[in-house]
Amino acid sequence: MRSPKSKTAKSNTLPGGLPKCPTGIHGLDEITFGGLPRGRPTLVCGGAGCGKTLLGMEFLVRGATDFDEPGVCLSFEETADELASNVASLGFDVAGLVARKKLAIDHVSIERSLIEEAGEYDLEALFVRLGHAVDSIGAKRVLLDSVEALFAGLENESVLRSELRRLFRWLKQKQLTAIVTGERGQGTLTRHGLEEYISDCVIVLDHHIDETVLTRRLRIVKYRGSTHGTNEYPFLIETDGISVLPVTSIELKHAASNERVSTGVPALDTMFGGQGYFRGSSVLVSGTAGTGKTSLTAHFVNAACARGEKCAFFSFEESAGQIIRNMRSIGIDLGRWVEKGLLLFHASRPTTFGLEMHLVKIHRTLQEFDPRIVVVDPVTALLHSGTESETKNMLLRLVDFLKEKRITALMTTLTSGSNAREQTEVAISSLVDVWLLLRDIESGGERNRGLYILKARGLAHSNQIREFLLTDHGVELREVYLGEAGLLTGSARVTQEAKDESAALMARQDIERKQFLLERKRKALDAQVAALQLELETEEQESRQLIAQEELKLKKWEQDRSTMARSRSVNKGPRSSDGGSAKARGGRK
Amino acid sequence: MKAASERAGGKPLAAKWELKLYVAGQTAKSLQAFANLKRICEEHMAGEYRIEVVDLMKNPQLAKGDQILALPTLVRKLPEPVRKIIGDLSNTERVLVGLDLRARTTKA
Repeated sequence: MRSPKSKTAKSNTLPGGLPKCPTGIHGLDEITFGGLPRGRPTLVCGGAGCGKTLLGMEFLVRGATDFDEPGVCLSFEETADELASNVASLGFDVAGLVARKKLAIDHVSIERSLIEEAGEYDLEALFVRLGHAVDSIGAKRVLLDSVEALFAGLENESVLRSELRRLFRWLKQKQLTAIVTGERGQGTLTRHGLEEYISDCVIVLDHHIDETVLTRRLRIVKYRGSTHGTNEYPFLIETDGISVLPVTSIELKHAASNERVSTGVPALDTMFGGQGYFRGSSVLVSGTAGTGKTSLTAHFVNAACARGEKCAFFSFEESAGQIIRNMRSIGIDLGRWVEKGLLLFHASRPTTFGLEMHLVKIHRTLQEFDPRIVVVDPVTALLHSGTESETKNMLLRLVDFLKEKRITALMTTLTSGSNAREQTEVAISSLVDVWLLLRDIESGGERNRGLYILKARGLAHSNQIREFLLTDHGVELREVYLGEAGLLTGSARVTQEAKDESAALMARQDIERKQFLLERKRKALDAQVAALQLELETEEQESRQLIAQEELKLKKWEQDRSTMARSRSVNKGPRSSDGGSAKARGGRK
Repeated sequence: MKAASERAGGKPLAAKWELKLYVAGQTAKSLQAFANLKRICEEHMAGEYRIEVVDLMKNPQLAKGDQILALPTLVRKLPEPVRKIIGDLSNTERVLVGLDLRARTTKA
């Protein structure tokens, strides 16, 4: 037993760990940290219809197109034409690759009824065929799909097993990176125990149905000599190949932006300290039915588009046309942004696909459209596509992914009336940075809307409840009335405000009246003072006159007396007495 | 593909039995198989057969056409239908069954 043309047998011991061969399959290289073990076979096993062949074919096609590594497919089940047409739906041009010698497909068919076993044999021809195909195009990759068909075609299992062992050894010697597919067995990974021979890397594909929704999963059971993601990762078969969705950043290391952007509602910006929210943060708008969640998000979107930023709107409840029409009623024209190519609507029913498909659709759109802001309205609708924990996981991945890309995430969530208001149904509150809560406030026979910021990481924000009004020119936020009567909204608030206004008016009038009275009193008193003053002056004048008269009288009297004295004693003290009295008179004056 | 194999023969087409033996080089098994085949043919179809030996070491591309997997493989091209017998043909009974020279019994 020898292998044909076994010329290459390079030992493969690199110091820097296991060399890897990128598959080019979206997401698979991430969870394997680089790809499949280079130069070794990898076992891909799973039940019927789980996508083994497709995974293998994509591995070959991507290798041929993206990595310049031609590949050989040894198909034991389908013919080359069947394979080509099967993967044509994924956009793989197999015929073209074959023509360009990038791909070789050899269909190996075994009809047990036509084969008689008579004596010893080996599977050398298989080696010859594979070797020939590999050499003819210089293949680096091999797909054996599915080698277990040999077990059905040949009787002698011991020969088969030893030949398989030889085959895998041969693949290693030839430094071929191979995918070997195998049907899943009862209690074993493969029906015929292929895992016994292939121990470097084993990937299990699986699919199961939850409430009529199919979810495919991929798990790396082992990967010798390498770390790998250990979870069951959902994957999808999409129009352009397989997408494995680990796109969770396994670590939390996204950079945070300091840039603030407007919400589109000036009053709401004010509530965030006047500048809006951080770019790239995830904003959750929660509320019961009809509280205006979509309308509020439309503002965000409108503002973003007005800034020239691209925005992707994933709607699970309304069609694009419906949203545009409805938002027009509150004065927001989203249609023009769609025309300008700034806004992309993606509306689908949550039950149309499984959860993972939705996630993939979102991812695809993000990659193709590269928006700055993403709206998911509402995330709760996704609950219909999966279980709660799955939904949460999905949203976690989505939020992580968006954060990594610094895309603002805007999610709405519907809280049912019976639930605690501060509990979102999908329990994603811990994931979000900003949580706006819209709530109904029922009073006075009315139902009004209130808005408050439940949380805003890293942002100074108002603790006030605002009344949230939907007007024909958009959302308006009003201060709610907080008075003795409690929280008042709507017409109760308006009434109360009117009442307050009249009260204020009355108070103002009262003050004016009092001031007037005061003024009048002052004036009256002033007049009184003036009168008294006048009286005083009059009295003073009179008194002075009297005094003057008295003095005059007194003088006269003194004069009379001195004249009399003089006349009585003419010679006694002739001048001195006269002089003295004159002096005294001058002093008085 | 058939044309290719006919070409490889290059003998008159009169033979009732047209047999092709696929081998890979001169291995013990292939030599054994050829010897066994020759013996059986002489015993059961003397003068009516033609054997073509295809060495896949030399012509690996020929393995594809007849869907050869195991070696050695004997292909009965004629009479129709095509039959394949794998192994070194040491089990004469099975070879005869495979060539439809003996009634098919239950498979072992």
